Amino acid sequence: MMAKQKINLVDTTLRDGSHAVKHSFTREQAAAIAGGLDKCGVSLIELSHGDGLGGSSYTYGFSANSEFELLKAAASQTERAKLAVLLLPGIGTIEDLKRAHDCGARAVRVATHVTEGDVSAQHIATAKSMDMMAVGFLMMAHMAPPGQIAEEACKMESYGADYINLADSAGYLLPEGFSERVEAVRSAVRIPVGFHAHNNLGLAVANSLAAVRSGASYIDGTLRGLGAGAGNTQLEVLAGVLQRCGYETGADFYGLQDHAENTVNPLMLRPQVIDNGSLMLGYAGVYSSFLLHVYDAAERYGLEPRDILVELGRRKMVGGQEDMIIDVAYGLKQKK
Amino acid sequence: MAVIGPGNIGSDLMYKIFRGKYLEMGLMAGIVESEGIKRAASHGVAVSIEGVKAVASREDIRIAFDATSASAHLRFNGPALKEAGIVSVDLTPAAVGPYCVPCVNLDQLRQEPDINMVTCGGQATIPIVHAIARVAGAAYAEIVACISSKSAGPGTRANMDEFTETTSKALEVVGGADKGKAIIVLNPAEPPLMMTNTILVRAKNPSVGIERITASINEIVDELKAYVPGYRLRVPPVLEGDKVTTIVQVEGQGDFLPAYSGNLDIINAAAVAAAEKIAQRMLAEGSGV
Repeated sequence: MMAKQKINLVDTTLRDGSHAVKHSFTREQAAAIAGGLDKCGVSLIELSHGDGLGGSSYTYGFSANSEFELLKAAASQTERAKLAVLLLPGIGTIEDLKRAHDCGARAVRVATHVTEGDVSAQHIATAKSMDMMAVGFLMMAHMAPPGQIAEEACKMESYGADYINLADSAGYLLPEGFSERVEAVRSAVRIPVGFHAHNNLGLAVANSLAAVRSGASYIDGTLRGLGAGAGNTQLEVLAGVLQRCGYETGADFYGLQDHAENTVNPLMLRPQVIDNGSLMLGYAGVYSSFLLHVYDAAERYGLEPRDILVELGRRKMVGGQEDMIIDVAYGLKQKK
Repeated sequence: MAVIGPGNIGSDLMYKIFRGKYLEMGLMAGIVESEGIKRAASHGVAVSIEGVKAVASREDIRIAFDATSASAHLRFNGPALKEAGIVSVDLTPAAVGPYCVPCVNLDQLRQEPDINMVTCGGQATIPIVHAIARVAGAAYAEIVACISSKSAGPGTRANMDEFTETTSKALEVVGGADKGKAIIVLNPAEPPLMMTNTILVRAKNPSVGIERITASINEIVDELKAYVPGYRLRVPPVLEGDKVTTIVQVEGQGDFLPAYSGNLDIINAAAVAAAEKIAQRMLAEGSGV
């Protein structure tokens, strides 16, 4: 049997998981989570506000603690792993990136809507000039066909991206949707391809496996699946599944389980399950980070959260448009 | 009047100048024989491909719109116009001169030789922040501008930070907020979405009440509508604790650019409104436009 490709596990508990704790991570938590992941052999650890650098705001939720302070705390506990930050051009800036670099970040994932890759050029180039790893991150991958995604990936490769990460931000795609997108991007670029899944339809692990079988070599996950909507691919589960399938990850399977149970479990605000709102995110194709803001708006305006979610999906809102939740809720209230 | 930069913005400006009361379209200046140059010529407008040089050599030009790029304004156009004694209305993010949002601070800027029109998002949101700040104070102002992908040109795309940084600063300097934060999101939906902006302000004195805040906002929206007829409140101000949330939408006038490009329409409309006031002052002083 031919040796299978090495799979790089990318942990985003301290970034996507930040949504699930309403951006309340403390320095102690950041240090403990990052330190444990480092010991377990995870090579890339992402930390920032859930909406990326500069995300602390009314619209996306204010961070209880500065992401730069959290980065410093995490950096103090990591030896082998690279610390990464997420940056959405339009929210975070190059100034933020430079500051993150000063605080220990050595990689940046520059995220744009799946059809808007060209807004990442300056940020990717700046990262490379600082000797950082730069990742082209295409969000809401279900909203464009594979061929178009491949074109956007090529643009990001030309700006200097070290790998392309596709994100099923709405947790909408089925396994074949992952496979065809990975295959299209792989055949168009020379750099590795990764995937970021959400579990809104209960498919995060299955979709991640489909991506790996189609040639993806970087897969995102979070401990206990902590993340927006129904959460992400549960990292310790993924580690076990990949091990059973014979893929090398270099990660300590038992160690990740213990770390999830001892460090992440105690800080969870709600169980990371597929509740009705999460299910509707995946069903209607809505950005997962909208969920908790939708619950807040539904309560404030006396509406059914699912009605708000379906309308957001119908209007084709993209990542970062959390402000439109109020617009939709106000509109629905007027019609009542 | 002259327009430098005969691209989409410059062409739309030309049509707005045609409607102006105190303005006359004297010259469209570019650097190559482009569609925009041909378009201007077909309307009987004098054209040149000598760029700012052609503008500076025309004695009768008193005001010029710069619709090129920040670096062109900084390095060539700004200095050349200043040398020639021509007032610059700068639509690039160069921000050499003070920020101008006509319904907020134009009266203080009428003598300035170079005014900057901030950003589209700034023109749409700063008036609301100012309206809140003048009655209730503003410790923090945050705006989210959503524009359709189709109306975001290569300049905006290549430099998203310029938008967020310039708008954030102008929320403070012109809007009157202690701290400003701007976010921009591109949405590729078809048909293209109208430009929408959400404005969130932390009021210092929320006890003045929503009625006073709403009255102040309605007053400024009326002033804004005088030059941006497609401006409207989608969600009227809502006060929760000390947070005031307002959502506005801008439908373009469709002069040259499609109606969904409210972002491009509002910055152009603001520039023309500013130029009209400057021209009116020049005429009153007998110096001719």
